[in-house]
Amino acid sequence: MGEKVLMKGNEAIGEAAIRSGCRHFFGYPITPQTELSAYMAKKMPKIGGVFLQAESELAAINMVYGAASAGVRTMTSSSSPGISLKAEGISYIAAADLPCVIVNIVRGGPGLGGIQPAQSDYFQATRGGGHGDYHLIVLAPNSVQELVYLTADAFNLSEEYRIPVMLLGDGTLGQMMEPVDFDSIPEPVYAEKPWATNGTDNKREKNVIKTLYLDAPELEAVVMEREKKYDIVKQELQRYDAHDTEDADVIISSYGITSRVVETAVQILREEGIKVGVIRPITLWPFPEKAYKQVHPKAFLSVEMSTGQMIEDIKLACECSAPVYFCGRTGGVIPTPDEVVQKVKDILKEVG
Amino acid sequence: MENCEIVLAGFGGQGILFMGKLLAFAAMLKGKKLSWLPSYGPEMRGGTANCHVIIDDKPIGSPIVTKPSVLVVMNKPSLDKFEDTVAEGGYVFVDRSLIEGEVTRKDVKPVYIKATEIADSIGNRGLANMVMLGAVLKTTGVFSLEEIEETMKKSLPAKKQALVEKNMEAVKKGYQTV
Repeated sequence: MGEKVLMKGNEAIGEAAIRSGCRHFFGYPITPQTELSAYMAKKMPKIGGVFLQAESELAAINMVYGAASAGVRTMTSSSSPGISLKAEGISYIAAADLPCVIVNIVRGGPGLGGIQPAQSDYFQATRGGGHGDYHLIVLAPNSVQELVYLTADAFNLSEEYRIPVMLLGDGTLGQMMEPVDFDSIPEPVYAEKPWATNGTDNKREKNVIKTLYLDAPELEAVVMEREKKYDIVKQELQRYDAHDTEDADVIISSYGITSRVVETAVQILREEGIKVGVIRPITLWPFPEKAYKQVHPKAFLSVEMSTGQMIEDIKLACECSAPVYFCGRTGGVIPTPDEVVQKVKDILKEVG
Repeated sequence: MENCEIVLAGFGGQGILFMGKLLAFAAMLKGKKLSWLPSYGPEMRGGTANCHVIIDDKPIGSPIVTKPSVLVVMNKPSLDKFEDTVAEGGYVFVDRSLIEGEVTRKDVKPVYIKATEIADSIGNRGLANMVMLGAVLKTTGVFSLEEIEETMKKSLPAKKQALVEKNMEAVKKGYQTV
């Protein structure tokens, strides 16, 4: 472990991206993500990188599309309403099989919503967000240190699979400071990019990156080929943390900052002798289904800062082997450990 | 106490977040686990600001402090807002120069400091936060004066190192008044 520094989540993402070889950042300010853009604005010019504040979110994501086409490591970031604006571009990037990293520091929605932390973009993130048959790889860190590790992973995974990766945080993670160690982050693993439109030097055939296929069977073939890739990712990339699941009466699932609230609740419950376990998805897509096949609680509980968007993934993953309950707050309100504790006790009254 | 959950609150511009950062940074230097979480929003100078700091030996669960063992308030709205949340037996540090009201709860330990007046007396009202910090250090023993001085030296950028001395003067004033 190297020396630790005290850093805000948003800034730590920026530093981790730079250390992961990202030299092209295109942003547009929005609370509670702006410190990331500000960090990039300060740092990129000093290391020969590009920071560009675009005229809109739409412009920023299309600049990412262009940079990714040229084969460089590139990133954009925003918060919920801004991600909706980027959705069209994200669909194009996914359709062009390009690597890039998109950061969403989620705030309350829908619409302009609010600026306090939320997790109500789960559907948008895990179901693609834009139009068409596609997925993003979605990573959900729960600490500033994990933000840093997963930012590094995001670039590597994105290149390995040629799938855009979304780093899904929330206002709390973005704003809070924790000690972080950058020396232990994963090394950049650069993939070969024979597809990149980075100049032929008159030595090769030109590369074409496009998303328009007017011939239906041709488009179907392209989509189905991509689907095979998604199947591989589903096999290879399911990540989660789990503990105390073996004898658990209730298994609690939550991701991101909410999982920290849950850990505090779990401590309180265990001290009272109540058997609770934890499955914390780290990849939200692919959802860590395999974690739910090996456990046999009386009930599952999803804790989220939304109206319960992860419930159906848990139901699918556990194949309804036990009822799935929900505990959460939304609109920018963060659930308290006490609320989770009470919910677990209520559930145990119902399922015995 | 070495481990604690702290809420610091007051007006924007009083250095509430900075006070929290010093405590967080000091905890890091000591090898502790910690989190620092600011309020954010349409904040402005004169608006309200608060931050949550947790210092522990175990990994920090929720970074949101719901039952602070230490509350530091530098305006009346903050006292009204957070007094009820303080854990039983916890400390409530009140800037007596800015807050006329009393701590009404009987199961917490109030500490009154004329922080803004003391800061005025050493020539800079902006140091009231450091006076409050001094009082917190003396009363709770969370960090020593030497640890906070080292924290300032290591956390402040080079161009602000000249401020360490004046800041420490204010911290010591606060330390001596309680």
